[in-house]
Amino acid sequence: MISDLNANEPTGPLENRWTRHRFDMALVNPANRKKYRVIVVGTGLAGGSAAATLGEMGYRVKSFCFQDSPRRAHSIAAQGGINAAKNYQNDGDSIWRLFYDTIKGGDFRSRESNVYRLAEISVNIIDQAVAQGVPFAREYSGLLANRSFGGAQVSRTFYARGQTGQQLLLGAYQALNRQVAAGTVTLHPRTEMLELIVIDGRARGIVTRNLVDGSIESHTADCVVLCTGGYGNAYYLSTNAKGCNTSAAWRAHRHGALFANPCFTQIHPTCIPQSGTYQSKLTLMSESLRNDGRVWAPLHTDDSEADPATLPHDRRDYFLERRYPAFGNLVPRDIASRAAKEVCDQGHGVGPEVNGRRLGVYLDFSEAIEQMGEARIRERYGNLFEMYERITGESPYTTPMRIYPAIHYAMGGLWVDYNLMTSIDGLFATGECNFSDHGANRLGASALMQGLADGYFVVPYSVGNYLARHEPNSVPGDHAAVNSAVTAVRDRIERLLNAPDPQHPPEYFHRKLGQILWDNCGMTRDPVALREALARIPPLREQFWREVKVTGSGETFNQTLERAGRIADFMELGELMCIDALDRNESCGSHARTDHVTDEGEARRDDENYSYVAAWEFSGDTSSPNLHREQLRFEFVHPSVRSYK
Amino acid sequence: MNLTLHVWRQADSDARGDFETFKISDVSPDMSFLEMLDVLNEGLISEGSEPVAFDHDCREGICGACSLVINGVPHGPQKATTTCQLYMREFDDGQAVWIEPWRVGAFPVVRDLVVDRSAFDRILQAGGYVSVRTGAAPDGNTLPVPKDVADRAFTSATCIGCGACAAACPSSSASLFVAAKISHLGLLPQGQVERNSRVRMMLAQMDGEGFGHCSNHAECQSACPKEIDIGRIARMNRDLYRSFVRRT
Repeated sequence: MISDLNANEPTGPLENRWTRHRFDMALVNPANRKKYRVIVVGTGLAGGSAAATLGEMGYRVKSFCFQDSPRRAHSIAAQGGINAAKNYQNDGDSIWRLFYDTIKGGDFRSRESNVYRLAEISVNIIDQAVAQGVPFAREYSGLLANRSFGGAQVSRTFYARGQTGQQLLLGAYQALNRQVAAGTVTLHPRTEMLELIVIDGRARGIVTRNLVDGSIESHTADCVVLCTGGYGNAYYLSTNAKGCNTSAAWRAHRHGALFANPCFTQIHPTCIPQSGTYQSKLTLMSESLRNDGRVWAPLHTDDSEADPATLPHDRRDYFLERRYPAFGNLVPRDIASRAAKEVCDQGHGVGPEVNGRRLGVYLDFSEAIEQMGEARIRERYGNLFEMYERITGESPYTTPMRIYPAIHYAMGGLWVDYNLMTSIDGLFATGECNFSDHGANRLGASALMQGLADGYFVVPYSVGNYLARHEPNSVPGDHAAVNSAVTAVRDRIERLLNAPDPQHPPEYFHRKLGQILWDNCGMTRDPVALREALARIPPLREQFWREVKVTGSGETFNQTLERAGRIADFMELGELMCIDALDRNESCGSHARTDHVTDEGEARRDDENYSYVAAWEFSGDTSSPNLHREQLRFEFVHPSVRSYK
Repeated sequence: MNLTLHVWRQADSDARGDFETFKISDVSPDMSFLEMLDVLNEGLISEGSEPVAFDHDCREGICGACSLVINGVPHGPQKATTTCQLYMREFDDGQAVWIEPWRVGAFPVVRDLVVDRSAFDRILQAGGYVSVRTGAAPDGNTLPVPKDVADRAFTSATCIGCGACAAACPSSSASLFVAAKISHLGLLPQGQVERNSRVRMMLAQMDGEGFGHCSNHAECQSACPKEIDIGRIARMNRDLYRSFVRRT
């Protein structure tokens, strides 16, 4: 196999790599930093922390978000917690163990150097957040509390009740606000990036649409950092916020940024099942619930409507505990999800029938309540139980929760090197929008860790290293590349507003795309289904451009136009996801190919042929991208069969 | 169920607004309020009309984007619930539902039900933070915080910045929003150094944005989807007076 991508990784002992790399990086003299301008797109954990830190270092930063305030970025919704190798619990945790768990959890499809750095930095993140006033849970001693979290046998997860993402994001937002007050960061809320400006191979700016008055503007800088989140909304129904989209990353991809491992999308096992066809999104229940809840389904298919509170134990199938006795209900997300899908596919599902199927299993707290008392459970999960009751009208204190897997997170994303720079010079990608740290499957409580590691502690250095090698200079506002990017944006808006045969609102097409992806490139994949999806997506995309109906104009606040533009990009990314899934002839992590399983029915990896990152290059034709490979080298861990039995 | 909706329509901040009435049928009780509006909007787009603009994003009750006054109550009839977490089972068949934007001078209407809440960002920019540099933090366990103090700080920190407090207040005061941040940071040891300047600067900014003063009606705590109580406002006022006589 030819590996044609250079990740610019340092070499030598793993534990020295990041320290050495930081020494090797060039620095910008503090007095010169104000001469450089940096654009940061997105204000979630990765973007908020990056913009705040870069501003604090003295660069002139412009920060963009499509929401009305930076505080509303979707990191806010993360519930469970954030991992850090502090070993405060004295249970044998260490940077090495967090590194190893993350590599193994990712099914040996991530880069050792990146993951080790992540584990190393994890401890600094907690210190930083505590100093900002993030109110983490504490013991009666006043010291920080921890809990264990899916896939880990040590307690290394720091949390703030079920709202850890909110509290960490508010910490980053406060740091950002401090820089706004100091004049180093300018905020541009309700402003959406619609195009990347590339001049002589370097990312030099973005074109945006002001979502309030529709004005199209160009912004130029010395480099651009994308922190624009994941693409789970390609599936239409996901746990992502309604506004989450891939447009910024996809515009970069069309300019030459490689898109890595797009088929690695994570299904979260504990979401509230769909209740009807009008459903607009799915709600996640933190997987911390699996610490105390037991997952089961009726053993007999004719018990699907039986009262779960009184169904005798010998008629229940605690299928996770049965199949994975060592980890039980705490197996990683992909394994728990597939097991739930299998029991429902075999007719053991519970809850209301939607389109003729019952897609749900129980998550039962009755024993935990009996053992620990309702008060303890309320303290741990009170807000989650309330949320569940508001949505379903049922109380988990008396009736077992119903859960079913849903799309939750995208491990794939823009390809980046060790410096988090994409294949476009001067274009960085951090947080969920890059592919770098989670391999084929992300462990619980690792997304917050990665977003903040990238934003506070990695990209501020690597941006400096990049800028130190370039003279600060400005791009003339009427530069040909700026003009052509602005024209491209205007043309695209005109096309969306003036489809030749307008028939359906944009969501009509999004639901269709989502159903294709969920059925054919979801929890399990096989070549027949993937080829079928690849045959159906291009005609759907053509139909979209011919028949999409967008009312109103481009010069006003127009949410239909915003959504249509995002869906248009999902139509292209969705195809790439299926191409990647078909090309990867193995099962690994979230990518479960039913034609690549062991005799016991578990995922079968093919390290000999697929131990690489698949990084796709836009060729001009969405249906035939060019594949580049980054061979993964495992010098410190030996890829083993991921067994949780 | 079938409902009659009276929805505030306004083209932009300068335009004059008015209610428009829609009949909507086949509403499922298991639909969320915003899904009901989605169905209305898809119908409007299909017939070539402009849909009703409203802010929303996470639809999980945490981002704070959704902001509707429903039958005169910010976030609608259900206690401790954001608009996005409100389900149609809370309404009756045949009911009339009046839907308006936040009515606060400092939150100008952008379009229909969407308002501009950037005043809240500016208040927090005036001092709603701890001035710690990235990388300058000591080990997280060097500063123990008693559990009850940490829990109280957390409760104040759960504010989602939606603005329902100001929308519910007869004086359009943002006191509960400001007090929540003052309490969150003021309770923690990390927030002590800037405690005096924080309360003064944030309150001055609140005044400058055109919000009113607290008049003890307590409507804010009834409207708050996170149930932040007005005890925080008393604490904030105490902090303000304290700032005149104590240096830290």
